Amino acid sequence: MTEAILISILVTVVGAATPILLAGLGELVVEKSGVLNLGVEGMMLVGAVTGFAVTTMTGVTFVGIVAAALAAAGASMIFGYLTLTLTANQVATGLALTIFGIGLSSLMGAGFVGQTVERIGPLFPPALAEHEHLRVLFGYDPVVYFSFAMTLAVAWFLRRTRAGLILRAVGENDVSAHSIGYSVISVRYMAVAFGGAMAGIGGCYYSLVLTPMWAEKLTAGRGWIALALVVFSAWRPMRLLAGAYLFGVVMTLELHAKAAGFEYVPPEFLAAMPYLATIVVLALISMRKSVGSQAPACLGQPFKPST
Amino acid sequence: MLLELEKRKQPSRAMLYLTPVISVLLTMIAGATIFSVLGYDGPGAVWAIFFVPVLDIGAWQDLGIKAAPLILIATGLSIGFRANVWNIGAEGQYVMGGLAGTGIALATWEMEGWWILPAMCLAGAIGGALYAAIPAFLKTKLNVSEILSSLMLTYVSIQLLYFLMRGPWKDPEGFNFPQSRMFSDSQLLPEIGDTFVHLGVPLAFIVAVIAWYVLSKTVFGFEIRVVGAAPNAARYGGFNRKRTIWLALLAGGGFAGFAGILEAAGPYGQMVPQFPTGYGFTAIIVAFLGRLHPAGIVLGALILAISYVGGEIAQSSIGLPNAASGLFQAMMLFFLLATDILVTYRLRFSGARSGGAA
Repeated sequence: MTEAILISILVTVVGAATPILLAGLGELVVEKSGVLNLGVEGMMLVGAVTGFAVTTMTGVTFVGIVAAALAAAGASMIFGYLTLTLTANQVATGLALTIFGIGLSSLMGAGFVGQTVERIGPLFPPALAEHEHLRVLFGYDPVVYFSFAMTLAVAWFLRRTRAGLILRAVGENDVSAHSIGYSVISVRYMAVAFGGAMAGIGGCYYSLVLTPMWAEKLTAGRGWIALALVVFSAWRPMRLLAGAYLFGVVMTLELHAKAAGFEYVPPEFLAAMPYLATIVVLALISMRKSVGSQAPACLGQPFKPST
Repeated sequence: MLLELEKRKQPSRAMLYLTPVISVLLTMIAGATIFSVLGYDGPGAVWAIFFVPVLDIGAWQDLGIKAAPLILIATGLSIGFRANVWNIGAEGQYVMGGLAGTGIALATWEMEGWWILPAMCLAGAIGGALYAAIPAFLKTKLNVSEILSSLMLTYVSIQLLYFLMRGPWKDPEGFNFPQSRMFSDSQLLPEIGDTFVHLGVPLAFIVAVIAWYVLSKTVFGFEIRVVGAAPNAARYGGFNRKRTIWLALLAGGGFAGFAGILEAAGPYGQMVPQFPTGYGFTAIIVAFLGRLHPAGIVLGALILAISYVGGEIAQSSIGLPNAASGLFQAMMLFFLLATDILVTYRLRFSGARSGGAA
């Protein structure tokens, strides 16, 4: 295989990994605060359609991305209100958010089907971005570098800051955190909003970069893979980064197989691979007994302060 | 003046039955508002989606046909939800049931006999149950979340469907369209009287009655409820959690698979790539709207069927996008989850701090 093919494979892997990395980072923070939001797929779709619509209307991609983050964070607030304030079941509410996101995005996007936007170009000047070798490092769009920066930021936030400590305390033992004076509910609201914003940016990566257009259910279940990725990462940001790129490789197998000239593997089998791989990976992780359950202790439990 | 929540001494039965009704009403109000804001005829949309299908007797047959798979799948899911088993992959189990039954249909092509259709139905139920056995195995042996595994398997089943339709099971006389052969008379569900309502519709209602009996009158139903509501008590009572997980998933998958083959042998009359229509996901809403009770599920399925049929009417009459009915369905679930709090809490106007004022 020539170097050019390897580089082009790498570029597609980065493309596939970036949105699930972003959405996964958001969900990691949400789950660290003790909340399970299964609405990632729905929030990504809301982000995808909003990012596309606003970019089309304003002509400025950056505005589109910000709008995607805000819209998906807004959608996540519906989830937040139902589960945190009204203590509704988190699993059911998350599913409702996904169904809602699918419907809302299809409705909002109905007028945009078939249109295209100019895809986001590389962050660095052509001398670096299009260089024969250096483009491995410098050839990506700004969102890719943003996803790396956010991985480091989330890791630093959770490990090294006081706010991160509070967030983890809320997720591990909400009753104790409450009794020493932290507002469990506000911390969780902020985490849920952050998770929504990150899912929104991840979602609009599909409509603005990967396939610069809008189509119904554009994210094709990647939001669920982002959820699985959080389990895979054992709630650690750096492992989430590694996992996202591993999944990126599996998700682009179809393209690699074509490039390498494989013709006897049915394309449907390759298309099913990311989902099968997710199941296998989840099973393998659960098999390692030493790991135990690393999920935050209060994950998915409603918190009702007994006043 | 502020609204406050005050815990009830015991959950309100009245609210348990009333909140689904309230959420449907709130959905209509919110829907009319949202669609007006988006520039459509909002009240017209609500009228077309929720009332036209009920007032038009010609649409009733459609309602029955749409409600049948929802009743079956939601009844199966409700067994799991009662036991806190979150099978959200019913869509995949529905597809696998359809495929398993289609396999029998293709194997018995050019054959005749009364036994073919029952064999297809049996294969459908077994196909769905076996597919649900995968998450059950992963959950009980390896503690893999059934939420993620069952959902991932849905995407896998859809790819398998595409593969079979484009390859091995493609109709050789189908002008290269990716679809199976048409089922023959021995493989199609008969229609009832002069209607185009197939036999699967009354079957779905009968199954709901049987499920009601099993869930409320047998030890199995009691076990399911106890494991879901009080896992520790269930352990003391000698109920095995793993067995419950298996039963809940096999039942959910079996019902979904049965619904799948009824759709294939009923409205479709063959297997096509468009077979996954989201019934598996809508059934989740039905299960909640019906309060996980078979009788409620029948009503919930009819309401969702109304929104499906109404969505199509609104599409042709006032040009509302097809996605509108999906949005209405999601809002119904949101409002139900939101108003659920009224079952255990009551609203109180604060200001009057005296204990008895409610």
